[in-house]
Amino acid sequence: MGMTMTEKILARGAGRESVRPGDLVLAKVDFAMGHDLTIPPAGKIMREQMGAEKIWDPERVAVTQDHFQPAKDAASATLGRLTREFSRDMGIKWYFEVGQGGICHTVLPEQGLVLPGELVVGADSHSCTYGALNNFATGIGSTDLACVFALGELWFRVPETLKFVYHNRLKEWVEAKDLILYVIGQIGVDGARSKAMEHTGEALRHIDMEARLTMTNMAIEAGAKNGIMEFDDVTKQYLDGRAKRPYTPVTSDPDAEYEKVFEFDAEKVELGVAKPMSPDNYSPLSDVAGTRLDQVFIGSCTNSRITDLRRAAAVLDGHKVAPGVRLIITPSSHQVAIQAEKEGLIGIFLASGAAWTTATCGACLGGHMGVLGEGEVCLSTTNRNFPGRMGHPKALVYLSNPAVAAASAVTGVITHPREVLKKMPAGIA
Amino acid sequence: MSFPTVLRGKAWKFGANIDTDQIIPAKYAIYSLDEKELGKHAMEGVPGRDGWAPGVTQGDILVAGSNFGCGSSREIAPVAIRGAGISLVIADSYARIFFRNAINMGYPILQSPQAAEGVQEGDELEVDLEEGIVRNFTKGDEYRCEAFPTFMNELLHMGGLVPWVRMRLEERRRVATARG
Repeated sequence: MGMTMTEKILARGAGRESVRPGDLVLAKVDFAMGHDLTIPPAGKIMREQMGAEKIWDPERVAVTQDHFQPAKDAASATLGRLTREFSRDMGIKWYFEVGQGGICHTVLPEQGLVLPGELVVGADSHSCTYGALNNFATGIGSTDLACVFALGELWFRVPETLKFVYHNRLKEWVEAKDLILYVIGQIGVDGARSKAMEHTGEALRHIDMEARLTMTNMAIEAGAKNGIMEFDDVTKQYLDGRAKRPYTPVTSDPDAEYEKVFEFDAEKVELGVAKPMSPDNYSPLSDVAGTRLDQVFIGSCTNSRITDLRRAAAVLDGHKVAPGVRLIITPSSHQVAIQAEKEGLIGIFLASGAAWTTATCGACLGGHMGVLGEGEVCLSTTNRNFPGRMGHPKALVYLSNPAVAAASAVTGVITHPREVLKKMPAGIA
Repeated sequence: MSFPTVLRGKAWKFGANIDTDQIIPAKYAIYSLDEKELGKHAMEGVPGRDGWAPGVTQGDILVAGSNFGCGSSREIAPVAIRGAGISLVIADSYARIFFRNAINMGYPILQSPQAAEGVQEGDELEVDLEEGIVRNFTKGDEYRCEAFPTFMNELLHMGGLVPWVRMRLEERRRVATARG
């Protein structure tokens, strides 16, 4: 019996010929990540409770200062300091200071640290993002991370795999974000609970790596353990000159077993949003167009890479943010900010009246720089809109793609980008 | 830490898809290393449950619907619930990271669609962890729980992942010393 990509990676990590869904395995980890909210407890558990003095391999660990950094208050400064000290004491090679890294899930792919065929864990639920690069990547807790730090291995239950096949191509204006919101709307926030989501099909061949990362990023919003994609020319080109280690891609066997196969016609997917207060509360954009907004947020590991900012800038160019609305734009990494500066995007944002911030998770998790108050309505390019996610439990959050967010900031209500920009310029769409 | 086998307490009932931002809003992550402080704010993000934690009596039992603990990976979610005084969580089903985190902490959790369906808030419950049975004294009902894989049960009995890692580290040190 053949294996899926996910099964093959877990089998290799466990040193076994093969594994089946439901097997519990102890597997070697190829790369691990933690950040300013998860490193302090992991470091404490590892050193004080587990009694480990050093990390199994400091060259295979990345640490970012992203969630509450630059420190939003004195307590966050302490977490930042503990994270910094632990990284220094352990000799962690891939430590990213404030102003030099950004959001973990943008930084790791961008720096070529998470590669095809690898088993990657991160103490953050959106660690599933990396799977677009043909690896098994999953979110873990702080005790898990302490275990990985101490031993270089961790226990896993081999997941059943669900296959998602996307036929045809996405239409004009429709982005990877719309597609994944639609899929989560179809299967629900527990539709892939503890399972692997394997994405494939023609539609994916026509979208770039950043758009693919948007899709695997949201696997956790369907409850999945990981999201994974095939290795192809797009993957190879993205990694050329970037990959920090040699790698071996992995493919699913033709006779691999899937628990279920979902087929979608990508051409039929419309621009859409997730309405409050759940990522699976999908609605076509046309049904919510005209909804009044207090804030628009373009940011996060989901939708604030350079291609996202290019589309937002194309829409905003020559326009002003509507009176009574605030637009906050947070690049997802320092490299993204540098590139945005080179391309003149920051000038467009500032001229439109947007607030441009440093790279951080910031408003996405109600941390800082854009936290919502009671009753406020926000359109956000982030991943999650459960009650209280971005601030007050009675704030209302809609999720969308960056072009929709930019257009809606201009009009002050949820708006199709076509109403602000005739056509997305070629090479940006 | 010895693993309890029979727990008794009053039930607090929650719905489906309670995510980690509701269990413990991210702003309290600054108290990551302080279980008691986290406990004061447990479940505060659930609409209508603001100020819930102070009403909990040590040993009470939290019963929830499906996909409990979805959302972020924050281990402070089960930590906050334990910090509030909840001795045990029973749910129809769990989101995977919450489930891992609880097991890794050695914090007892049970999966029982029957209990999630049958229990109402305030019911007096007795839970036999060895047998995997929940008895509802208020309703006179009994519910079955789903069995966990052996390794997870071992972890729970051992007190979680910490003692297990200590054991592995000691093994490795012994091997290294023997090789000299």
